[in-house]
Amino acid sequence: MLRGVRGSIPSTNPNMSYYGGNTSCSVVTEGDCILVLDGGSGMQQFNLLDGTDIRRVDILLTHLHLDHIQGLGFFNPFFNPDNDIHIWGPISTTNSLHSRLSRYLSPPLFPVLLRDLPCKLTLHEIENSSFTIGPFIIDSRYVIHPGPTVGYRISNDKSSFAYIPDHEPALGANGLIENKKWISGFDLAENVDLLLHDAQYSTQQYEYKRGWGHSSMDDALKFASLANADRLLLAHHDPSHTDTILNTMLSELKSKNNYTLKYEMAAEGMTIDLP
Amino acid sequence: MPAYSIEIILNRQLADCLSMPAFLTDTAGNLIFYNEAAEKLLGTRFEDTGEMKVETWSTIFKQQDDEGNLLPPESLPLVRTLRDQYPHHKTFWIVSMLGKAEKISVTAFPIIGRAGNFLGAVAIFWEAKEGS
Repeated sequence: MLRGVRGSIPSTNPNMSYYGGNTSCSVVTEGDCILVLDGGSGMQQFNLLDGTDIRRVDILLTHLHLDHIQGLGFFNPFFNPDNDIHIWGPISTTNSLHSRLSRYLSPPLFPVLLRDLPCKLTLHEIENSSFTIGPFIIDSRYVIHPGPTVGYRISNDKSSFAYIPDHEPALGANGLIENKKWISGFDLAENVDLLLHDAQYSTQQYEYKRGWGHSSMDDALKFASLANADRLLLAHHDPSHTDTILNTMLSELKSKNNYTLKYEMAAEGMTIDLP
Repeated sequence: MPAYSIEIILNRQLADCLSMPAFLTDTAGNLIFYNEAAEKLLGTRFEDTGEMKVETWSTIFKQQDDEGNLLPPESLPLVRTLRDQYPHHKTFWIVSMLGKAEKISVTAFPIIGRAGNFLGAVAIFWEAKEGS
C-alpha cells in the first residue's frame, strides 16, 4: 500500500488530493510480516498493528533526507513498549545510523529522543546487502542520489518489488548508458513484477535540475524498460505538480512513447496485490 | 554480470565529461572504460573495443624514461595504485605501437567506495610540461 508518494515536502493543496500530498512511505505485507518503506509523512497513517497481536515492524529507509524520515516521530508503534521495531538504513562513512537519525529525533527539532522511545528498537546499518525478514528476501544497493542512498528489491517465492523512490540513473554527459552493467540500480529492478521509481520531473524540468538526484519521467520509463520491469509506478511527485499537471504529464508521456510495459502515476492510498 | 557499483558508474560519467585522457580499470587492472581524449592516445574507440583485458591494453604502449630505457610495469602509477590502493604520480615517455613518442605525466588514484572497499582505479594522463 502506498501511504505517501509526494517528493520533497508534504503538500496540503486540495488540487493534489487525488495523487496525495504525503511524502514517501509504502507498506509491504505478507501474513504477519510488515515492512514499512521509508518514513515520510505518509507514515503517520500507519495503523496495521491496531487490533492485532503483531508486535514486530521493520522500517526500511532508503536514505535520511527529511522527506523520508519526517514521519518517524509520528509513528505510533514506537510508543508501545511491547513492540519490536527494526530500522534499516544505509551506512555512512562518518556517523552511525543512530547518530544521524538522532539529529532529527532530538530537540530542538523534535521533543522525544530516539533513545527514549519506549518500544524495543534495533537499528541495522546496510550497504550493498542481502538479508531476510520473514518471508522476504531483501537486497539493498547504493543508487545515485546525494548522500548515502539505497534502493530495495523485495522478493518472496512468487513475486518481486523494487522500491527506488529517489534516483538519478541518467546523471552524466549523455544521460542513461544503455548497457545494464553501467546503470545504477539495474540489479534491483531487473525483471521485477513491480517497480516504484523516482519520476519527479518532466524532461524539460530535468534540464534545470540535473544533479539534484531525481529522474525525469522519460528516464524512469527508459530505466524500467531496460530492466524489463513488468509494471512501473512513477513516484516522488514534485510538490508543485497538481493532479491536473500530473494527468497532463502522463497523457503526454503516453502519447510520445510506445513502451510495452504497464505504467501509471503512483497515488496515495493505492493498494496492489502481487501474485 | 551484475551492474557496476555506483562509484564506478559515476567515475565513468565523470571521465566522459573530461577533456583530459582518463582510464578506468577494475581491481584487476582490466580497462573497463576510457574517454574520448584517451581514445586519441590509444588509437582505438571504446565503442569499438569495449572493455579490454589488462594483458591486451598494457601492450599498447611502451613506457620509457628520459634515456629511452624501458620502465618496469611495477614502477608505473596505475600498477602501483592497483597494488597498494594509494594514489601515485610519475612523468615518463610513452611510445605507441606506431612508434610515436610522447612525454606524459600520469596520476592514478584508487576508487574506495562508501563501505571502504576497493573497487577499481582511475589513471589520468597529462601532457608533460617542459622541464618536467
